[in-house]
Order: sequence, then structure tokens, then C-alpha cells
Amino acid sequence: MTLTATQLMALMPLILVCATAIGVMLAIAWRRHHTAIATFTAVGLNLALLALIGVWFMAPLTTPLLAIDGLALFSAALILVAALACTTLAHAYLAHYGGPREEFYLLLLCATAGGLVLSASTHLATLFFGLELVSMPLYGMLAYTYRERRSLEAGVKYLVLSAAATAFLLFGMALLFAETGHLDFAGLVSGLGDDIGVWGLAGAAMMIIGLGFKLSVVPFHMWTPDVYEGGPGPAATFLATASKVAVFTVLLRLVMASPAFQASALHTVLAVLAVLTMLVGNLLAVTQSNLKRLLGYSSIAHFGYLLTALVIGDGLSVEATGVYLVTYMLTTLGAFGVVTLISSPYGGSDAAALHHYRGLFWRRPYLTAVLTITMLSMAGIPFTAGFIGKFYIVALGVEAGRWWLVGAVIAGSAIGLFYYLRVMVTLYLAEAGMQRRDAPEDWAVQAGGLMVLVVAVLVIVLGIYPAPMIDGVRVVSAMMLG
Amino acid sequence: MTLLWLILIPFIGGLLCWQAERFGPMPPRWIALGTMLIELLITLGLWFQGEYHLANAGTASEAVRWSMEWRVPWIPRFGIDVHLALDGLSLVLIALTGFLGMLAVLCSWNEIVKRVGFFHLNLLWILGGVVGVFLSIDLFLFFFFWEMMLVPMYFLIALWGHSGSEGRTRIRAATKFFIYTQASGLLMLVSILGLVFVHHANTGEYSFDYATLMQTSLSESTAMWLMLGFFVAFAVKLPVVPVHGWLPDAHAQAPTAGSVDLAGILLKTAAYGMLRFALPLFPDASQAFAPVAMTLGVIGIFYGAILACGQQDMKRLIAYTSIAHMGFVLIGIYAGTELALQGVVLMMVAHAFSAAGLFILSGQLYERLNTRDMRQMGGLWGRLGSLPGFSLCFVAASLGMPGTANFLGEFLILFGSFPVAPGFVVVASFGFVLAAVYSLLLMQRVYFGPAQGEGVFADLDRREYLMMLSLVGLVLLFGLYPQPLLDTTGAAMGEVQRLFGVVSQSTTLLLTGAP
Repeated sequence: MTLTATQLMALMPLILVCATAIGVMLAIAWRRHHTAIATFTAVGLNLALLALIGVWFMAPLTTPLLAIDGLALFSAALILVAALACTTLAHAYLAHYGGPREEFYLLLLCATAGGLVLSASTHLATLFFGLELVSMPLYGMLAYTYRERRSLEAGVKYLVLSAAATAFLLFGMALLFAETGHLDFAGLVSGLGDDIGVWGLAGAAMMIIGLGFKLSVVPFHMWTPDVYEGGPGPAATFLATASKVAVFTVLLRLVMASPAFQASALHTVLAVLAVLTMLVGNLLAVTQSNLKRLLGYSSIAHFGYLLTALVIGDGLSVEATGVYLVTYMLTTLGAFGVVTLISSPYGGSDAAALHHYRGLFWRRPYLTAVLTITMLSMAGIPFTAGFIGKFYIVALGVEAGRWWLVGAVIAGSAIGLFYYLRVMVTLYLAEAGMQRRDAPEDWAVQAGGLMVLVVAVLVIVLGIYPAPMIDGVRVVSAMMLG
Repeated sequence: MTLLWLILIPFIGGLLCWQAERFGPMPPRWIALGTMLIELLITLGLWFQGEYHLANAGTASEAVRWSMEWRVPWIPRFGIDVHLALDGLSLVLIALTGFLGMLAVLCSWNEIVKRVGFFHLNLLWILGGVVGVFLSIDLFLFFFFWEMMLVPMYFLIALWGHSGSEGRTRIRAATKFFIYTQASGLLMLVSILGLVFVHHANTGEYSFDYATLMQTSLSESTAMWLMLGFFVAFAVKLPVVPVHGWLPDAHAQAPTAGSVDLAGILLKTAAYGMLRFALPLFPDASQAFAPVAMTLGVIGIFYGAILACGQQDMKRLIAYTSIAHMGFVLIGIYAGTELALQGVVLMMVAHAFSAAGLFILSGQLYERLNTRDMRQMGGLWGRLGSLPGFSLCFVAASLGMPGTANFLGEFLILFGSFPVAPGFVVVASFGFVLAAVYSLLLMQRVYFGPAQGEGVFADLDRREYLMMLSLVGLVLLFGLYPQPLLDTTGAAMGEVQRLFGVVSQSTTLLLTGAP
């Protein structure tokens, strides 16, 4: 089967990102120039975003391995925006880094391309390919400041555990293939039929373990805090946003498409995992005194809430997932952005201990306002986008009558408040006299600072006037559900 | 549009205060005072202009009637509107908010010296949120403001509060307050959504509108569960006894302005929520639940009063008396007769004045003595100028002395509840005895007995004098001539009584045995 011109057009964003990656590689070989490379990356990503708009009018389109439908475009947009944000952060972060700086963008672009493939995949081959393309560059990004012990540790830890998870994923795929003889999702669905059998079930379960690891679903969450803490700011940001969005999208696609994942046994397991993830993530976050670790645990909890949408899997759930992913991504970008800005330019391990943030408000009021807004949004307080997300999740649970899940969401939120408030109040306490690190004077006029401010404004605007976001996501979900 | 401005003015004023700090500490104070004055004036203007005492006896078949209404679509996906409406009840409470807001600004004039601009930002945003709660009749919007006002209150306690002794830090108190109210608020969100989805299942339309949801037909058990969700959220804020744990800490640790806002207005949002939402939306379930709620009210009266007697910290004592007073309010609300409901409104207003007065006084004592521990006071009568005299006035009001508005409120509540629930009324009346005990204990411990030191403290200055005098004046005014207030809220309370009372009439007949 040959590729038609339309199909080629539909893959334009992906092609643009890959072309930028190759361009960056060649440019590095020719001459190193940090700002030029960063700009080039940003331009490439922006072009890909523009191309998305064009592709929007052609969708839905399917190629044998990839489906360019509403969901794929939606998560592609999120991934590209996250990648752009990481680029701006990386530029500030790496400004005075001693080692090679330009390769970071190369890794970032490769991971972005992987994310785009992953979120559009309708075939186990592309799923695996995409997943590895996201993960491999991330090992490098996490260990980028490898002279820092923690950073190296984060990279290696993620590499080893990720490899184990990949083994599970592959084994699961093999089992499903043995059972059905198909690798594409549609074939899997028809091949499995109504009764999926023991091997089908085992295969599906193993795939969930593999993907659950990437989403740090409890009990596969052990790596999260260490990796978040150790990885350099921009890499951790990418891991928390783009990579998770892509993996969740593909999980959603799998669960919505295949009966194997809606079998009652697996369903119960998913529900239990969701409840566990919410509670464990929130409970473990309570005692943290490092902001990046805390954000790591909180992201575990947030994916617990998101799993609720997967468990319920009907009616509102695609819409709820979409809205929640948007709010989660904006909020996380804001929070990690501030941490990265405080730690920029690079000078040893990131300034993430809570005492670094004590009294920040009296030095950097606007930056603190951003962090406060993101914390409020994570806690799901009205006037922030996070509230709309939380509203959707609770609405979903109530509509489906899943009271256990609703109860867990409420309990999780109540526990969550405790540590979000702790962070918030730290920002406003009187300054301690200790030595401290701070964002550069001119943070607000740098690209990273601007990005963070825009994110904060968006969180507030979408919190007060969410109608455009909801309408957009509805169009996407309508397209996906047919 | 006026209604929208009522909400926006405090928010805008708050931002101005924050930015005005760069010109020194005085501009934020004046801006905050001016903002609340404008708020109060607009409300009073509406009061004199509008017709609130039109009894709607003839129009009982119609849905809810509002004096003013403002509505624009907000989130069409779920049928959520920005729907604001004003009736007598909300008008009175907004006027109260404006007045107490001015007092809160005035009483922190000398108390707050650090980060003045940010303090007033928080203070005004609380008030803005409260006004939003009193005006919104779209359930989503109501919840929005209900949760939103917690954040500035949290900051107020956490950043400007007093750290108490052993482990009672202000941050801990603030966190406790926030988690209690937010978690119970989420239960209310679940209930709201449950109601909306039941409505959706019945009619195929999403709506968060008050009047629309009121028509929803619910099965008995569903109504009970949904009502409980609302009740828990309001019970935490009121507070009702098993879920009152946050209140004494929050009050004791909060700055004076925070206490004034908490006792004066935030507690009233809970009573307002019950009157506006819990009862009219679920009349049958509420009726079935009434005995439990009244029992909780009676427990609250005695629990609050008895614990108040044992407190050493002056503000904790006042906080516990609030629990006792809110017990009366709870009984009145669930009695549901028009007389009792009118008593509830009067009681809410009266308690706002008397509690605010007492909290401001304890703040002034603290400014002079640097302690709120009553063991270190005593014999202060005659050493503080006119402050003890004012204290006596507010203590008398708090114990329900005839001539004060508190007396009328409690009297109307008990009188109105008697036909419905005589047993509860008889028991609750003994609460008055305890009220006298703790009130006099307060006077005795602080102002009489052996003096702890020599010398005379500063008398009240003009600002403090003005605050106290206006509060005493209002307590007496509504104690002697409450009719304007009752006229204003009459129609609104009649409405509640009509919605809630269809069942209560039959109960009344049953209890009194009349044909």
C-alpha cells in the first residue's frame, strides 16, 4: 500500500518535528550556538502546531499504523505545547551549563516525535515504537546534568525500571498476538470476540502494567519521586506533562476500543488501582519537604483521578479526560516552570527544597502568584482551571453512580489540600535569613518567565470562563466516538 | 448589573489595596474602608428603593420571586448560568456584610502593621466571596463562591494570626479550617451534581438553576442522601456540634478582623445556605430530618455553653458561645414556622453584632494587655476607660437580655418553634441559664476580682469609640424596633415557610391535636 498525498499531509506535524530534529543535529555538527538552536527548535515546534490546524480540517484519517483523529490531534496539540514550554525553560536553565547544551533540544524533539506517534497509534507496533521513542531520549534528558549524582541516578533508575516495564508490555503484546493473530487494535477487537479467555486477559493485564508504570499508577509508582527530584527541571517538566499525556491517550484508546480491557475482572482491577493511586499518592505527598518530590506524588494522585474516567469509560468520560488533561498539563507546566526558573541558570542540583521558597512572595510577588495559582488549581479550588477538571471527574463518578470512586476522589482531595496549603503558606511566611537561590532579576522578560505567566493567566481564565475549552474538547470527543 | 457590581466592587477594591501598598500603609486602609462603605451604601440604597415587604401570599403558586435578577449564560454545556438574584434575606445579609466589613477594616487599623496591602486584599476578597454566596442562585455559581472565599480566609489566619501555646499554631488552625470546610464542600458538590443528574435523567436537560431544580421529583431515599450532602456542608460551617472542631482554633488564632468576619458573616452563610437551598430543595427530606437536626441544635446549645465556661482564652470563650447561639438558629430553621424563621434572621443579625462587638473588644484588650489569657486579667474595671462598659453591653446582649436584638431573636425562635417541637423548646430554654453563667463568668474574670497590676491603660480612641457606639446602637435599635428588618425579610421567609411548610402544617396539627 502506498502513501497518498493526503496521508502524507496528515502526518505533517510529525514530519516537521522529525525534520527539526535532523536540522538540529546537523546544525550542532556545523556550529554550536545555544540560543540559535533553541530558537530553531521553537520555530520547528510552532510550525508543527500550525500544521496541526491544517490537519484538523482533514481529520479523521487513518493510515495503517496511525489514526489521525480528534483524540490524536488533541493530544498532539498538548504534547507540542508542553514541548515548547520545555524548550523555553531549557533555554534559561542551560544558559550557563558547563557541558554541551545543544543536544538537550535534540533529545527533546525526538521525545516529542515519539509522543506524537504514541498518541496516534492504532497498532501495537506503533504503540511500542512510540513508547520507546518517548522513553529513550528521556533517559538522556533526565541524566543530562550527569555530573550531578541525583540526575544520573534519576536517569539510570528510570532506564532500568522502564526496561522492566517494557518487558511486561512486550510480553502482553505477544500473548495478545498469540491469542488473535493480529497486532492492530481493530483486529484485536474482532479477534478476541466477547469471551477473551485467560491468555487474552493476561495479555491485557500485562499491557496495563507496562503502561501503568509510565503513568506511575500505584503500585508501579516507586520511581516517580526520585526521578522527578533528580532530573533537571526541564526534563522533569517534559516527563510530567508531554510523556504522561501521550501514554494516557494511548491507554484511553486501548480501553475504549478493546473489549479485553473492559472485561469485568480487569475493570475491577482498574477501579481498585484508581482508588489506590489517589489515596497513596496523596498520602505520601503529605510528608514531603521537597517541592519536586511533592509534585511527583501529586501527579500520581492526579492520574488516579484520571483513571476514574477510564474505569467508567462511557458518556462523559472522553470529555472529562480531555478537560482534565488540559487542566493538569497547564497546572503542571506552571508549577514545574516556577521551580525550574528558581533553579535557573543551572548551578548544581535544583532548588526544590521547600525552605528555598520560604518568603518568596516578598521577593518575587508575581512568580509567587503563579505558583500559588498552580497550587490552588491542583487542589481544585474554584477560579482556577483545576476546579473545572475536578468538577468533571466528580460529575462523571456521580453520573455513573460509582460512589466508591467519588468517595476516594473526595478523600484524596481533602488530603491533597493539606500539602498544597503547606506549600502555599510557605511562600508567604517571613523570610528566613539563610542563603538562598532565586530566579534571575529579569525572569519575567525571558521566554520561560513569559511562558509561566501565560500559563497562570490561562489557568485563571479557563477557571472563570471554561466554555471554550469544554466546547473544544466536546468536538474532539464527538469525533472520536463517531 | 447592580448585583454584579456588588460582587465586583470588593474584588476590585482588594486589588487596588494590594497595589496601593507601595504608597505606604495608609492608602490600603482608606481604600478598603471606602470600598466597604460604597458596598454598604449601594445596599442601603437598594433597601430604600425596593419593595421587599410585599407579602406574596396571593402568588404562592408561582415559583420563587426575586426583587432583582441578573442572568447571563456561562457554561452552556451544563446549563450553568451566572444567575444572581436579590430578595429581602440576601439584602439584609449583604448590608450586614458591608457593615461588618467596615468594622473589620477599622479594627485592624492599628493591629495589622505588616503587609497591609496584601492583608486588605484578602479581607476584601473574603467579603466579595460572601456577597457572591448571598447573591448566586445558580448552584454551580453558589458552590464556586462558597469554596472560593476559603482561600483568602486561610491566608488571613495563617499569615496574620496569633500563634497560641503548645502546638496550636496559626498555620495549623488555618489548615484545619480549610480542610474541614473544603472537604464538606465537596460533599455538597456531589449532592449538587446528584440533583442535577437526577434532573437530567427526568427531563434530558442539564440545569443548575435554583428554580428549575426545585421542581425535580426525587425518590425518598435519594432526596435524603442529597439533602445530607448539603446539610453536612452547612453544618460544618454553622457549626453544628460533631463537626465544629475547626471553629475554636480558627477564632483563637485569627486576627481580630478575621474573627469578626468568621463569626459575623461566614457562619451566617451556612444558615443562609440552609434557608435558601437545603430546605426548599428537599422539603420532605428536611422535614424527616428535622428531629435529628433539632437534637443536634440542642446538643450544640449545651455543649457550647458548658465548654465556654471552662475556657481561659477570651476568644475561645466567645467562639464557644457562637456554637451555642448557632444551636438556636438550627432549631429555628428546622422548626420551619414563619415566626421561627423570622427569629432566625433576627438572631443571625443580632449575633453578628454582639459577637463582632465581643471579638473587637478582645482585640482591643489584646492591643493593651498583650494577652487574651483571662487568668492574667482581672480587676480591669476602672483601668480601661469606657471599654468595660461596652463589654457589659455586649455581654448582656450575648446572654439575651431583653431590649437587645439577641433577646428578640431567641424569643421568636423559641416561641415559633413551640407549636412544632415543644420538647426541644423546653430543653433549649435551659440554655439561657448557661448563657447567663458564661457571660457573667467572662465579665467576672476579666473586669472584676483582684487586680493583677497597677496603672491605667489607654482609653478608647475616637475610632474605637465610634465602632463600639455604632454596634451598641444597632443592637439596641433592632432590640427595640425590629419591625423594618422583619418587614424586609418577611416575604423571603414566608417563601421558605411555604416551600418547607406544606408538610409542617400537618405535623403541627398532629402535635397540637387540633382538628
